Amino acid sequence: MFPPKWIPSAIHWENFVHAWTIQSFNTFLKNSLIVTILCNIGQLISSSLVAYGFARFRFRGRNALFMILLATMMIPWDVTMIPLYMEFNMLGWINTLKPLIVPAWFGSPFFIFLLRQFLLTVPRELEESANIDGASAFTTYLTIFVPLMVPSLILVSVFNMMDTWNDYLGPLVFLNDASKYTLTLGLAQFRGMFGVDMTSIMAVTTIICIPPLVVFFLAQRHIVQGIANTGIK
Amino acid sequence: MGWRLQYKLAPYVFIAPFFILLALFTMIPFLFSVYISFTDWQGSADARWVGLNNYGKLFYSRIFWESVQNSLIIFLLYVPAMLLLALLLAVALNQPWLPGKGMLRTAFVVPNITSVIAVSFVFVLLLNTNDGIVNHLLLGLHVVKQPIRFLDTPFWARISVAFIVLFRWVGYNMLLLLAGLQTVPRELYEAAKVDGARPAAIFFKITVPMLNKVLLFCTVLSTIGTFSLFVEPYIVAKGGPMNATTTPILLLFRESFENFHFGYASAISVAFLLLMALLTLLQLKLFSGRGE
Repeated sequence: MFPPKWIPSAIHWENFVHAWTIQSFNTFLKNSLIVTILCNIGQLISSSLVAYGFARFRFRGRNALFMILLATMMIPWDVTMIPLYMEFNMLGWINTLKPLIVPAWFGSPFFIFLLRQFLLTVPRELEESANIDGASAFTTYLTIFVPLMVPSLILVSVFNMMDTWNDYLGPLVFLNDASKYTLTLGLAQFRGMFGVDMTSIMAVTTIICIPPLVVFFLAQRHIVQGIANTGIK
Repeated sequence: MGWRLQYKLAPYVFIAPFFILLALFTMIPFLFSVYISFTDWQGSADARWVGLNNYGKLFYSRIFWESVQNSLIIFLLYVPAMLLLALLLAVALNQPWLPGKGMLRTAFVVPNITSVIAVSFVFVLLLNTNDGIVNHLLLGLHVVKQPIRFLDTPFWARISVAFIVLFRWVGYNMLLLLAGLQTVPRELYEAAKVDGARPAAIFFKITVPMLNKVLLFCTVLSTIGTFSLFVEPYIVAKGGPMNATTTPILLLFRESFENFHFGYASAISVAFLLLMALLTLLQLKLFSGRGE
């Protein structure tokens, strides 16, 4: 058959419905959404707090602690997957969504680094005036710095959403019951299942790819600017 | 005095979350990992202390060194090409006269923001030996007589995996380089043009040196990324054929969650970290030597 037929003769929307019902993709979608949204909230709060601490205060041990933070960026979490599995097992978290969500609530070195780079560019006078007014450090963070950080926070949020939405190894290691699966795990499950046609796989593939694309298109404008702001020079 | 004291303590409170994370989900697990690597633990209740046995086994294990070698080959197959391509694209997209930059920028990043699983599946479909579209085209255009077994020979499987990784990451690296380019002062280029420098000379004498740090960052990330490749080789060929696309992290996964050799697998993770530290230092040296 040559040349191959690039444009299919008819569009079969029912393929999507069919593929979606082979496995319980509704459940997978719900799990993916829970993980992505909760991770994102936690990541934004914690990473910005830590970045603020590093960028806007002088304190003993700051540089050493920041070097430690940078060094952990070099450690892929994969190398600790066995002990992490055991730790989560002890906590009774295996086969729940917690291992995928809770760590995000403590910040991530890469995002902290990005936000700190941005915060370093803000002139000192800003919080000095707040200090004179007697505002607490947390109030200053909330009322002055959070609004300034919005573009950078959008960048962090987009990166983080992509990472969690597309994560595969985490769910693969920590989840074993199909009712807890995320979308990527459900999709990967197709490989090695008998009687699943490529059309179904591609239908689900398409659906999984849409949300990150939409988010990226919406935030596109902020992204290069955000990276430039954070100045990896 | 209230806020003075508060401002002394405040930074520690702000940065606390990260260090709690570090302790709970990185340091304690890592130390535990080091401990397990000295035992023969297989998941049951009792673990015996075996000293350096696991490391000895690892040192003489063919597959471990194969996995390191595979990563090096895959690295060489795509990283230089990817960085060059990313750099050229970044320079092109940095030209003020180019229309539709936003669209193009987005287009190049799309492969990176779509799910790896999805991308891998699509490539399996495209590269299939008997009914993949790539072989259809190659046969139809009489480029080859036999379909190429992209996914089932060690040689081609590595190339296929390297290609998928390049496809996924070229846009991301382009973004980083593009951001870096914004910080290069325009006067440098203008001065070079006044002096009559040719585009190639400008590229190699100004652009590349000015982006030295970003390029280093990209290279270090790509190295760690290549050695910890998991999804692409796992989905495309299960680390095969004949382990040709097995990376250290894939081996670690197999040994721990498929074979339950936790002690041995932990030795792999410790060795992996040491290897990464070594390679990162090496790259820092290489780049700082070349910089000035």
